[in-house]
Amino acid sequence: MARSNFAIKRQPGFATIAIFCFALLYLPIATLVVFAFNAGRSVAIWEGFSLRWFQQAWNNDLVLEASIRSVQIASTAAIIATVAATMAAIATTRTKPYRGLTAKYAFINQPLMIPEIVTAVALLIVFSRIKVATGYSGLGYLIAAHTAFCIPFAYLPIRARLESMDLTLETAAADLYATPWKAFTRITLPLLWPGIIAGLMLAFVISLDDVVITEFVKSGGQDTLPTYMLGQLRRVVTPEMNAISTVFLLISILIVTLFFFISRRRT
Amino acid sequence: MPATPDRNAIDVRSVSKIFGSGADRVAALDNVSVVIRENEFFTLLGPSGCGKTTLLRLIAGFDFPTEGQILLHGQDIAPLPPFKRPVNTVFQSYALFPHMTVAQNIGFGLEMLGKPMDEVTARVDQMLKLVKMEALRNRKTSQISGGQQQRVARARALAPQPKVLLLDEPLSALDYKLRKEMQIELKRLQHETGITFIFVTHDQEEALTMSDRIAVMSSGKILQVGSPWDIYDKPSERFVADFIGETNFLTAKVEPAEGGKANAILSSGKVISATVAESLVPSGEATIVVRPEHARVVKGEGHLPGVIDNIVYFGTDTNIHVRLDDGGAFIVRQQNTRSAGCGFELGEHVGILIADAAAQVLKD
Ligand SMILES: Nc1ncnc2c1ncn2[C@@H]1O[C@H](COP(=O)(O)OP(=O)(O)OP(=O)(O)O)[C@@H](O)[C@H]1O
Ligand SMILES: [Mg+2]
Repeated sequence: MARSNFAIKRQPGFATIAIFCFALLYLPIATLVVFAFNAGRSVAIWEGFSLRWFQQAWNNDLVLEASIRSVQIASTAAIIATVAATMAAIATTRTKPYRGLTAKYAFINQPLMIPEIVTAVALLIVFSRIKVATGYSGLGYLIAAHTAFCIPFAYLPIRARLESMDLTLETAAADLYATPWKAFTRITLPLLWPGIIAGLMLAFVISLDDVVITEFVKSGGQDTLPTYMLGQLRRVVTPEMNAISTVFLLISILIVTLFFFISRRRT
Repeated sequence: MPATPDRNAIDVRSVSKIFGSGADRVAALDNVSVVIRENEFFTLLGPSGCGKTTLLRLIAGFDFPTEGQILLHGQDIAPLPPFKRPVNTVFQSYALFPHMTVAQNIGFGLEMLGKPMDEVTARVDQMLKLVKMEALRNRKTSQISGGQQQRVARARALAPQPKVLLLDEPLSALDYKLRKEMQIELKRLQHETGITFIFVTHDQEEALTMSDRIAVMSSGKILQVGSPWDIYDKPSERFVADFIGETNFLTAKVEPAEGGKANAILSSGKVISATVAESLVPSGEATIVVRPEHARVVKGEGHLPGVIDNIVYFGTDTNIHVRLDDGGAFIVRQQNTRSAGCGFELGEHVGILIADAAAQVLKD
């Protein structure tokens, strides 16, 4: 608490820098949102309020298709990643510390450290071989890739939750004749739910807005919403993109807010 | 398992538990052997870190002995995992399941045993009544007080009718008054259920008031096992005498006397009769102990002469600290009568008179 006496807030220039940073962060986003409601075709000149671009996006089959695909990939990948992450979190917290445990943490979290572009290129090469060998070119590749980079994001909140859970609860369950499986389903899992849900939502959001890996791995006609938008931006820019982004932003904010409340909930 | 000829509930045979290795090696239990009888209130008493929890954990099956055997009703329980041992624990932190109600907590063990729902409900009702918690049956366990949580923990552990109930310092988190109440309740509960209790505490007063028998532990060893009376009046070792209540230590020359007793020649040259721990053949220099309430301060010489150093008033008693002429210190506890004062003054030359058979010769 001694540090708060230092009162960084009262240092000269603090307010200016803070305002500048926030402006830098949020002004472009605010502009983007504002022009989603523009009546004209420009993303820079305001011509009055309208919802036409939302309507146009809604009626655009390509957008709808890409959105559905995005949600499909994100939900499948998030679920698989969360199951794997839950198992990994239990395996790394419910054992006595042993040599190599730290290496395991690092291994699980490695996708956070490896530059995305490296993973993307690596996956592109491997998957193209598999495609040739098997002839399969469905969504499986994208789901596998998304699962891989979602695991660490799902793992972190679950592990945090497990670490804050009292181990004697599981001991008490065993003492009261619960087999290890029963102890898990009746005690560990119910108490772990907030962590699991948080992990799931985080993984979902991360998958939903991935561009780099998706762009490299996807086959023709497998655009997700972000890669579709990227493709459109290369051609003509209309406020339709702003409208899509705005909806996207809204959904992300909603999920992240939910995540915040769930992970804060204490039992 | 009714009517086994063997009346021992738990038989701990030469059990050792070693944690770590090399420089980190800790012998939490060092060749411990003890027998706990059926239906008794047995207490493990000892200072922090002496291995009490470790012994309970081995009995419950949360951990395994490095060496030795533990028998439950004459059967080796080594092959049984904790969820198959008919032994339940009241944890120091209670470990109540926070996502369940009071009733669900109490019913958990029975449910895991696969008892039919109506039997579970009936038993839960019975347990709720036993611990006087009927009104709070549908509360979440996070919404009840510490004393109530303690009761739920107890009811939950008792509900499956274990052969042995293990209690790891179950009262240490409660304040003094509540602790006193719970001590009485626990004792009554043990009496009513007839279940063997193994109770852990580091509070010697709690151990003396509640137990049928006490095992005093220190650094992974059991030093003495006996009734509260045995432990208090006939401590076999210095540690036991010192840990339980206030004690005076005296050095004396000891020689055997008739009737398994000993004669102790005090520094003043006076001879008193002293009791001797079994298996001990006293001779030569030895330490003897005398409880403060087993001696009197007298005007005149007594057994040991000295000067009054300090007088401490306690309400029911007064402690008179005497500096002995041989340089040692001695405390006498004297019950307060209605007349004011203890009848002595600071600096007064007095004698200490030790009651008959009050002195005990220690092993060391
Ligand atoms: N898992 C463990 N790993 C290493 N050492 C341990 C472990 N558990 C206990 N010990 C050590 O074994 C010794 C006995 O511990 P134990 O918990 O049985 O003491 P206790 O008598 O219950 O003490 P307290 O009154 O403080 O609860 C201590 O020195 C402790 O540090
Ligand atoms: Mg302990």
